[in-house]
Amino acid sequence: MIENKPLVSVNQLTRFYGKVCAIKDISFDINRGEILGLLGPNGAGKSTTMQIISGVLSANSGSVSIAGYDIQDSPKLAKKNIGFLPEQLPLYYDLTIDEYLLYAAKLRGIKKINLKEKIDICKERCGLENLGLRLINNLSKGYKQRVGLAQAIVHTPSIIILDEPTSGLDPKQILEIRELMHELSKNHSIILSTHILSEVETICDRVLIINKGNIVLDQHLKDLLSNKNSLEKTFLHLTENNKKINE
Amino acid sequence: MSNNIILISGNELRRLFKSPLAWIIFSVVQFLVAIFFYMPLMTYLQPGSVASGLTNNVVSTMYGFAAYIILIISPLLTMRLFAEERQLGTIKLLFSSPISITELVLGKFFGIVIFYILIIAMITLMPASLLFGATLDLGQILSSIIGLCLLATTLVAIGLFFSSLTTSPVIAAVNTYGILFLLLLIKIAASNSSERTAEIFTYLSLDKHYDNFLNGIFNTIDLFYYITLSVFFICLCIWRLDIERVYK
Repeated sequence: MIENKPLVSVNQLTRFYGKVCAIKDISFDINRGEILGLLGPNGAGKSTTMQIISGVLSANSGSVSIAGYDIQDSPKLAKKNIGFLPEQLPLYYDLTIDEYLLYAAKLRGIKKINLKEKIDICKERCGLENLGLRLINNLSKGYKQRVGLAQAIVHTPSIIILDEPTSGLDPKQILEIRELMHELSKNHSIILSTHILSEVETICDRVLIINKGNIVLDQHLKDLLSNKNSLEKTFLHLTENNKKINE
Repeated sequence: MSNNIILISGNELRRLFKSPLAWIIFSVVQFLVAIFFYMPLMTYLQPGSVASGLTNNVVSTMYGFAAYIILIISPLLTMRLFAEERQLGTIKLLFSSPISITELVLGKFFGIVIFYILIIAMITLMPASLLFGATLDLGQILSSIIGLCLLATTLVAIGLFFSSLTTSPVIAAVNTYGILFLLLLIKIAASNSSERTAEIFTYLSLDKHYDNFLNGIFNTIDLFYYITLSVFFICLCIWRLDIERVYK
């Protein structure tokens, strides 16, 4: 019964910033073990959507439920299942990696008995094994990104929300992060936003393209690519078209 | 519920003591208050001084002065509470975690209140040292300590709220200074007004109530004043953060 239910279900979300409509009537579901790529031009509403799903913002109308719990009605239960990596890394630069991850893990409500074990596993996964005592401020951008990722997965949430996890990284680091996401997808569902189309092609199962606050495409990558369309063409076509309509 | 509050206060204190700020505040406050402990003590010890008692002349003067020091440093301590979380983006970590906004606000509040209690404990060591060679009015000292704690609590609540309004710690500090000096100076307005309004202005004044505590008068009306003000600003802060998610 539970197996068949979608892990995350997003229903007709609408959100305004003042009079500007950021997203309009967005609905989609995410199943267990799925990697969903969220694409769209700048200002399309990707970050807004992700922030609403993770409970950082609330929607003006519509609902989000995670593992059966509504994020507005029972936020504590719903949020236990979420790991969120915002675009701006949520790091305390004056703490060491160990201190930071310990705080993040406790915030996410991990029980004391599992604490050390979970943090160790998470550090190993993110390639931070021997850096525990380093101050976050002194890390390179790539390692800061890893710490950001580590705080999102430390409590092994069922859904991981990553807002542009590979921005500002060098090609080698991007590859490593991609590999990590691949690894994570065995046990977790992932929502991932990015500007890099090839990234979606290599790791995502499903693509969602948002333009001007509307979903313009929601398709499995396999189906999309089997129609002899490249993702790039489809993306440009859909976002271009919309521009003309709006103008 | 309480676990999360302790977790957040603990993190607040840890980060405070990791930065030089906490230690500098400790030493500066201790140094300045020590001067105002030493000077009245020397005056008191002079032969022929007109004095109304060691506690009144020395200890109350010291606590009275300490309140002004705490008032001046308080906005600098509280300005970063939420403003910095916004600046760093860590507010998103907090908002996406399974903790409620009330827990978050109370955690931050108690973190800084504990810091103040430490400062007040350090200050209290000075009059305590007098106990080796003199008798003091312990009741009056206790009342002064309670008064100072209450005053500090109120300052934290006000600073906490103004920090929740903005992304810039400096703006939070300036706003807090604004309201604190208003509450401090409002008694001046009382001197030129009718009896009735004068009473209201005097009641609103932040330090009038503290004077009672310094004199050893424990009045529920003074207690009520500080507690109401603290609760009021804490509630405002919770509401502010709550609606931020809707109207950002």
